[in-house]
Amino acid sequence: MRICIWVFPVLIVCGLVCRINADQTARTERISGSAGDVLDDDPTGRLKVYVYELPSKYNKKLLQKDPRCLNHMFAAEIYMHRFLLSSPVRTLNPEEADWFYTPIYITCDLTPTGLPLPFKSPRMMRSAIQLISSKWPYWNRTEGADHFFVVPHDFGACFHYQEEKAIERGILPLLHRATLVQTFGQRNHVCLNEGSITIPPYAPPQKMQAHLIPQETPRSIFVYFRGLFYDVNNDPEGGYYARGARAAVWENFKDNALFDISTDHPTTYYEDMQRAIFCLCPLGWAPWSPRLVEAVVFGCIPIIIADDIVLPFADAIPWEEIGVFVAEEDVPNLDTILTSIPPEVILRKQRLLANPSMKSAMMFPQPTQPGDAFHQILNGLARKLPHKKNIYLKSGEKLLNWTAGPVGDLKPW
Amino acid sequence: MKLSALQQSYMNRRNNSFRGSAPLDSSSDGSIKSPSAIFWLILHGLCCLISLVLGYRFSRLVFFFLFSTSATNLYTSPFRSATDLSQTLNFHPNPVVNPELPFNRTAATTTTTAAATTSSSRVVVGRHGIRIRPWPHPNPDEVMKAHRIIERVQMEQRLQFGVKNPKTVIAVTPTYVRTFQTLHLTGVMHSLMLVPYDLVWIVVEAGGVTNETSSVLAKSGLRIIHVGFDKRMPNSWEGRHRLETKMRLHALRIVKEEKMDGIVMFADDSNMHSSELFDEIQNVKWVGAVSVGILAHSSGTDESSVSVIEKREEGENPSMPVQGPACNASNQLVGWHTFNSIPYAGKSATYIGDRAIVLPRKLEWAGFVLNSRLFWKDAEEKPELVKDLDSLDGVDEDIESPLSLLKDISVVEPLGSCGRQVLLWWLRVEARADSKFPSGWIVDPPLEITVPSKRTPWPDAPPELPSNEKVVVGVQEHTVKHSPKTRTPRSKRSSRSKRKHDTKIVDTQLPVRHSEQN
Repeated sequence: MRICIWVFPVLIVCGLVCRINADQTARTERISGSAGDVLDDDPTGRLKVYVYELPSKYNKKLLQKDPRCLNHMFAAEIYMHRFLLSSPVRTLNPEEADWFYTPIYITCDLTPTGLPLPFKSPRMMRSAIQLISSKWPYWNRTEGADHFFVVPHDFGACFHYQEEKAIERGILPLLHRATLVQTFGQRNHVCLNEGSITIPPYAPPQKMQAHLIPQETPRSIFVYFRGLFYDVNNDPEGGYYARGARAAVWENFKDNALFDISTDHPTTYYEDMQRAIFCLCPLGWAPWSPRLVEAVVFGCIPIIIADDIVLPFADAIPWEEIGVFVAEEDVPNLDTILTSIPPEVILRKQRLLANPSMKSAMMFPQPTQPGDAFHQILNGLARKLPHKKNIYLKSGEKLLNWTAGPVGDLKPW
Repeated sequence: MKLSALQQSYMNRRNNSFRGSAPLDSSSDGSIKSPSAIFWLILHGLCCLISLVLGYRFSRLVFFFLFSTSATNLYTSPFRSATDLSQTLNFHPNPVVNPELPFNRTAATTTTTAAATTSSSRVVVGRHGIRIRPWPHPNPDEVMKAHRIIERVQMEQRLQFGVKNPKTVIAVTPTYVRTFQTLHLTGVMHSLMLVPYDLVWIVVEAGGVTNETSSVLAKSGLRIIHVGFDKRMPNSWEGRHRLETKMRLHALRIVKEEKMDGIVMFADDSNMHSSELFDEIQNVKWVGAVSVGILAHSSGTDESSVSVIEKREEGENPSMPVQGPACNASNQLVGWHTFNSIPYAGKSATYIGDRAIVLPRKLEWAGFVLNSRLFWKDAEEKPELVKDLDSLDGVDEDIESPLSLLKDISVVEPLGSCGRQVLLWWLRVEARADSKFPSGWIVDPPLEITVPSKRTPWPDAPPELPSNEKVVVGVQEHTVKHSPKTRTPRSKRSSRSKRKHDTKIVDTQLPVRHSEQN
């Protein structure tokens, strides 16, 4: 009898708790990728990073010469440096460090129109590595296997903006053993090393927050895209830019009322994305773009049209469940593909996107917040620990070829 | 060597346009004035000349296939055989001789990377075809599916971010049969059909329930309570306003008797409601007030309206007068904006259908929303009504607005960001009371006389009525000779008047004229 009396209130409490949980999960869903539920991990205490002291010609002076470097989509390297300088994972004792960071702003050489030139980057990197290998013994100990570099340029450490040239150059020979933190990711591509960490491009968080509209505004645009379909300056005949995928989107869907696509630059771009259900994120000259970040922040399901692309933090975020992947050859059937997705699947993707840890993982906020992209990078580095014993070279052993590469790279910087 | 020089010149072209005044690729070799480079430059010039003559770009890539050695490695696997490609590819209508081949140069040139690509990538660099499907237009089934997806997403949004536990909307509309009734009622009906919440529509009809009104209402699919009110609608605006008030009270009585739970709003049949209104009134607790835009309109006499407008512009009035709650800076209700009818004194319409401005009351019923529980017998914490609804029966007093029903006006909640948003518009447009219109707006049987219109886009001869027999014969003979231009108007007209033999003959004698004139 007494037990019965106790069972009843316990059941009520359980019911209430379940209802509360159900309410919460109705809006968002937990995200767990192939590495598990790691988005919320705290890297503090799991790794130690030593930041090399490079002369300011590698970082501060470049920024002083051109402060635009802080706002373009390659600015992650600068903000990563600032984050690490004041982060709890930083250690001043290199003997206990797991990872070594070289603060070099490698994409901060901009044209008047604001595009980064990669021509001096190999030389700059080479000179930096020469410096650290002569001043500190840690590079030679492993030939860079426990060092990481942030190379956010178009094709990562291949240091060129054109794909054929980049493939021809390949990853800088000196960086072959290091871990590269880059925005470019494509499977079976020369410029993506095994074990690289893919990060999202930098998108200004304050600008995005400033354009938020009320969540109850109904999403009435089916598919949204603003950008180029043909790059008439560099690819007048078409077929080269975006491997013809963007042009195919235009030709097939330009008169389809469900597709709100054009080359306009509206001032309401961010607001429009929040009123759209799907946002197209096709490849351009390189497969990645800030559109993915914007789509995730604004809750618009990204439609990724880029064969074999590797998306940011691919082991922590299950992109297959969040975005829609369309092969470039299936672009003419895009409307069939999208309308045949069951509504429950679409609602689930929206719930996953609404997860705040998803949104914060894509951004580089200042000041740093828990779960943001900086922490995801550190988590990724922490997951690669402990280092394997074979990265430590025996004395006199040399694996890297310091004279490989085009002749122009060997000139001092 | 050949490859790199040609590549370089191609890339340089891209460099120059892409990067502005960018320095040339410093890592590549300097300019080579070797014979092969000069040869390629000459070839380039030759190709330009050929393009100039032919009129389209003649691609030099053709020469790769003529002169290339085994150094260049053509991957055939990504080529995926011409037959496959021809099925999926539809070439961009761009006159390019360039064969649409993905050209893979990676194998030839990547020798430096230690991390060699062991698995060949199926994504290749180079020119790709632009895939266009044979019928690149929307498929109606898919469009419908997309709209259903959009509806489902919006419903989910409403569930998550919209009003929790939405209440039923009880719309009260007084109406009566007149020329413009179908026009106004259809407008209100469509607005109510779009309301995403549960809806009950109480339609009170002056003069009793009629089939006219019922047939209009039947198309809506809404839950309707259609009641009749035994008085006939008077011809004057004063009388109409008074009767409408009584009809609304009658509807409130029904709400009380049926113990309906929801929010009562007054949807007069000639008003215009925005969708946001129905979302906003969900926020009301007991009595709410919204801002109503007054479209005081006068048909005809332009001089009087112009002078009125001038007067209005002299003062501070906005271009559209707005009735509703007035708030102070801390968003508390302090007063009311009412319609200023002084400029129109003496010029307003007295009888329905007059060609003069129709003025609203000081505060229209439409600007108020009431919680239906106000009218329930058992008072559970509600603001007190001045009089019970039952005692208002037969009283000749004019109750101007729901405010007169309340004891304490300060409980009124201003809606729509404290009256700043205009959520509905008041308008009264009526035809003359004695105007005739076909009942139910159906012309049955069809009209007996068809007179051709005076101005038609096609050349028209003035109609003449010859005797019937001659014309019938004429039609058969001249059918063949008609030009296509006159054929279409004839078919349009004859299809409309197929039923009556007389009218057909009247129409077809016109083309006969045409041929004669030709």
